[in-house]
Amino acid sequence: MSYTAETLQLLAPDGTLGYTEATEPYRARIDALDDGTLSEFYRQMAVTRRFDIEAGNLQRQGQLALWIPSLGQEAAQVGSGFAARAQDHIFPAYREHAVGRLRGLDLTRIIAMLRGLTHGGWNPAETGNFHLYTLVIGSQALHATGYAMGLRFDGLVGTGDPERDAAVLVYFGDGATSQGDVNEAYVFAQSYETPQVFFLQNNHWAISVPVSVQSKTPLFHRPRGFGIPSVQIDGNDVLISYAATAESLDAARSGQGPRFIEALTYRMGAHTTSDDPTKYRTDDEVAYWKARDPIARYETFLRVRGASEEFFAEVATEGNDLAADARRQTLAMEPPPAESMFRHVYGAEHPLMTEQAEWLARYEASFGGEA
Amino acid sequence: MTETMTMAKALNAGLAAAMDANDRVLLMGEDIGRLGGVFRVTEGLQQRFGANRVLDTPLAESGIVGSAIGLAMRCYRPVVEIQFDGFIFPAFDQITTQLAKLTARHEGTLTLPVVIRVPYGGHIGAVEHHQESPEAYFAHTAGLRLVSPATPHDAYWMIQQAIESPDPVLFFEPKSRYWPKGEVDTAAAGSTLHASRIVRPGTDVTVVGHGAMVSMLMDAAQLADEEGTSIEVVDLRSLSPIDYGPLLESVRRTGRLVVSQEAPGNVSIGSEVAATVAERAFYSLEAPVIRVSGFDTPFPPAKLEGAYLPDVDRILDAVDRSLAY
Repeated sequence: MSYTAETLQLLAPDGTLGYTEATEPYRARIDALDDGTLSEFYRQMAVTRRFDIEAGNLQRQGQLALWIPSLGQEAAQVGSGFAARAQDHIFPAYREHAVGRLRGLDLTRIIAMLRGLTHGGWNPAETGNFHLYTLVIGSQALHATGYAMGLRFDGLVGTGDPERDAAVLVYFGDGATSQGDVNEAYVFAQSYETPQVFFLQNNHWAISVPVSVQSKTPLFHRPRGFGIPSVQIDGNDVLISYAATAESLDAARSGQGPRFIEALTYRMGAHTTSDDPTKYRTDDEVAYWKARDPIARYETFLRVRGASEEFFAEVATEGNDLAADARRQTLAMEPPPAESMFRHVYGAEHPLMTEQAEWLARYEASFGGEA
Repeated sequence: MTETMTMAKALNAGLAAAMDANDRVLLMGEDIGRLGGVFRVTEGLQQRFGANRVLDTPLAESGIVGSAIGLAMRCYRPVVEIQFDGFIFPAFDQITTQLAKLTARHEGTLTLPVVIRVPYGGHIGAVEHHQESPEAYFAHTAGLRLVSPATPHDAYWMIQQAIESPDPVLFFEPKSRYWPKGEVDTAAAGSTLHASRIVRPGTDVTVVGHGAMVSMLMDAAQLADEEGTSIEVVDLRSLSPIDYGPLLESVRRTGRLVVSQEAPGNVSIGSEVAATVAERAFYSLEAPVIRVSGFDTPFPPAKLEGAYLPDVDRILDAVDRSLAY
């Protein structure tokens, strides 16, 4: 697979924690994590996975047009998401459900989008600066870079005040690394020394196209050609995901410019529920990654540390409750009124919106029922 | 107070006024800082406002517009310069799939006051991709506003109004009109951003156009007047939305309409104007609406642009055909 000699890992697939010369600099960040935080990593990963499975089921039962599974990528997301501070801004692609939940997003808002009720679903100002999903591959990388330019212009970088200095964390996948916009984002980020961390989840597949078609060289080598320091991590290790992102965000906030992290992970499920991965990948490959599951290894780690059976049972219950609640809410979600199409297309009055909304109302009313 | 200046200078003054009024206004583009832009529209502004407010960006149009979106999310009001009309297409995706749609996707909790200045149109004898009129591509996209000034006065005011708009505005600057001088009243705008205007009254035929076409329509009207035909000229000014009020009022009086534009006629702004006037003023029309456009070919090599672009003769020919009904 695509691990290299440079891949940073703290937690081995068997759940043992260990340091090498390369990972020693991260030890202090891990040592500083208390039991509550370590438990929270597990809770977030496990609960989001349970929700994700429920949402996939809802799609299969006809309640959603589409679901985008995050199965298998929980460690990459929870670790990196935990490293962000409240004032940081997160620009996701469209699979970062676990990050959204960490930032305070009600995950049923994602369901609302994939049920066909909205193209957005939330207000980033109310969801911990977790911005909207972007379906055009890689477009958000430039928005993130522009936002980070603004942080710098506003003097919110390198002041040394941990409550004030801010950074941007942008997520994208291995397919997106081929997009012009992502590469232009590297250029702008470097030119304007943006406080920004590029977080690549290399899940090995862009729908049916393997990462080897996107690049013959390790993807984390590319940003180095743009002058952006980069690391490659085991994305199924929540501890290195947390520590490497915290390190990179600190550098970005302190004014050292952009950083890049390639997290090696695996999309255990389909690209979306419209996809059939059995057509293009082998059972052996899936089995290889199943043996490197991010939650199973972390559970082993916590058990060895002495986490109780009650803790795991409690998390399982919380996941089941969240799933049941999401199901209940989904079934109750009604489409918005048709005239809502015309709202908010523009920020100011627009004659076509007014005329066409009025026309639609008259037309509907002409059938004699309610408009 | 009235001053005489070129459109290029009027835009420069308008941008400076907007930057003075609001320190969140910043300019971005290729060669706009030290050089002052290839048309010198931003000349002296980097010196005056600093390199953090007048950004010489990397040479990547999608990068410029995409990062402008991020800056707008951070409550900046970026004014982007696309160096030439034919170079806007690397940014087409960011403009149409992101900039145009993000306000709706945020359900009103975010506005994106990004202005994209686009020098456009022919008559300057330039090489390929430097003389085009791509406005129809953008007028077709919901969420964008499009305007085009025809005079230095409008350029001075409309650029400031565009920057104040909460919505993305594509600001099409007729580059053949950058250099002729005109009167600018710096005390009063006279019109709102999206208003069309009757700029020459007449009684026999209405002609309408935008940008560089307007001065040509005025010349045509002058010539026709000497031959006894009274032409009313409407300056569209705003291409999206189009303000049909003055135009329909005019057509109801004259009964005849000639629509002109430099852009190819097929699926164009002129087509939309013709269709809408036919729908709304059918019983007032004495003749079919006639379009005078660029041909539906690629913009030709410079030595052929005279044959490609509508001119006074082709406008007057269309006026004669309209009057012959």
